[in-house]
Amino acid sequence: MQYAFLCYNHENTILAWSKEQEAAVMSKLGAVEDKLRAQGRLGPVARLMPTTSATTLKKDRDPPLVVDGPFAETKEQLLGFFIIECAGLEQALETARELAAANPGGCYEIRPLAVFHPGTP
Amino acid sequence: MSTDPAWIDAALISARPQALAALLRYFRDMDTAEEAFQEACLRALQSWPDKGPPRNPTAWLIMVGRNAALDVNRRRRMHDSLPDEASMSDLDDAEVSLAERLDGADYRDDILRLLFVCCHPELPATQQIALALRIVSGLTVPQIARAFLVSDAAMEQRITRAKGRVSKAGVPFETPGATERARRLAAVAAMVYLIFNEGYSVTGEDAEARGRLSEEAIRLARLLLQLFPAEPEIMGLTALLLLQHSRFGTRFDSAGQLVLLEDQDRSLWNLLMINEALALIDKALRHRQPGPYQVQAAIAALHASAASAKDTDWQQIELLYGTLERLQPSPVVSLNRAVAVAKVRGPAEALALIEPLERQLAGYFHFHGVRGAFLKELGRISEAREALGRAIALANSAAEAAHIRQHLDHLSAAGGASE
Repeated sequence: MQYAFLCYNHENTILAWSKEQEAAVMSKLGAVEDKLRAQGRLGPVARLMPTTSATTLKKDRDPPLVVDGPFAETKEQLLGFFIIECAGLEQALETARELAAANPGGCYEIRPLAVFHPGTP
Repeated sequence: MSTDPAWIDAALISARPQALAALLRYFRDMDTAEEAFQEACLRALQSWPDKGPPRNPTAWLIMVGRNAALDVNRRRRMHDSLPDEASMSDLDDAEVSLAERLDGADYRDDILRLLFVCCHPELPATQQIALALRIVSGLTVPQIARAFLVSDAAMEQRITRAKGRVSKAGVPFETPGATERARRLAAVAAMVYLIFNEGYSVTGEDAEARGRLSEEAIRLARLLLQLFPAEPEIMGLTALLLLQHSRFGTRFDSAGQLVLLEDQDRSLWNLLMINEALALIDKALRHRQPGPYQVQAAIAALHASAASAKDTDWQQIELLYGTLERLQPSPVVSLNRAVAVAKVRGPAEALALIEPLERQLAGYFHFHGVRGAFLKELGRISEAREALGRAIALANSAAEAAHIRQHLDHLSAAGGASE
């Protein structure tokens, strides 16, 4: 089954990382990704721009309302995601622990995918 | 539980503006607030590595800082001390809600106040910048001193003097109305831009220390945008800083010589920053409230999106400088428009445009540099040489002077006109 690993963390803490810290985390994450890729388990991976770049369309009204900023003001922000093939929750948690060792702090929300359209190749 | 020290450092740095701003409102005194925050950071360094970071580091720091400062006060008054916060890994619910009330819905105004205090009109620009870097960004005195190329002692004195002036003037604690809030935001935005420029006007050899200032300015601009997410001028400011900074690595060659925009290696421009800036400009445009930062960001974006220097859309840049002249008339803006005019319609018209600016810009390095370049293009070699000579005399850095000297050398080599 495919799982989404939604990465939540304190955005401003990440933005306060030094270049060296940033590079170290990215290279450690890259190593985990390489391993998953070699196992044929790695799907799309995305890092999102800072929440200040976000725009929200509130569609609970007609016409929808466009609002600057992310959907919700939260202590931790959605900063990116991985899609990874896992045999089940056990393996998903194991993978999440590997990713967490590479990039500590914050949380991964692990959610199985219901529908997945890979999109335009 | 092991918590990475680098992670803790980043968490403390990023929590600083909000935590310090809440403590300032609570204690109404900058020194007490700073000491309280400092104490909270020390306790975080003791407690977080073993017990793990709290879910909400900012609330933890506010709470622990407040308790620590109260504790000091009480001990001074020979009362019992509060329980030791270091014994808890996180705050319990009651304390979290107290911290949240302390931090409260006013946190936007708190942080704005903290920044606004630093740009007090009585403070000269250099003191504003030093104070903001010390108080808001939490840079150490030696870090700031290095960026300004002064001794630690001189910087310490500058910051102490600035703090003295600010506290004498009094911190405005009343909640601002909409007009006052807009006024504060504009003043703070201008200060953030000053900080950036202080870092941008680097010369090769101290690029590292000063580049730090530009990064701090971007962090502050992003913070402002988080607080005021629907302000198109703050989107414009953030975009402008990102676009300028995206070229940081290419503005000087390995010998520390200035490299002009048209000669920079565009493949080395930071595409992440450029794309983020373009997204912000896109968002700002939707508001249809043009302002100086947005227009400057749009100009920078045209440079950033040109595949090569000769693909630059100078026509559009000239129009945008025209808009900027109307929004914020200044001879420097007119000078910049003339550079675009020279590219679109040639140096003769551009030269005619800047001649009337001479009186106001006689002491400005770039005026003589640009005028010299126009004269050179028109083949008026001896006048060009004289203008470039004046530019060298007015250069702000060795790199600027060296750059103009190259032009002069070209003149001698090309013209053979050593008249």
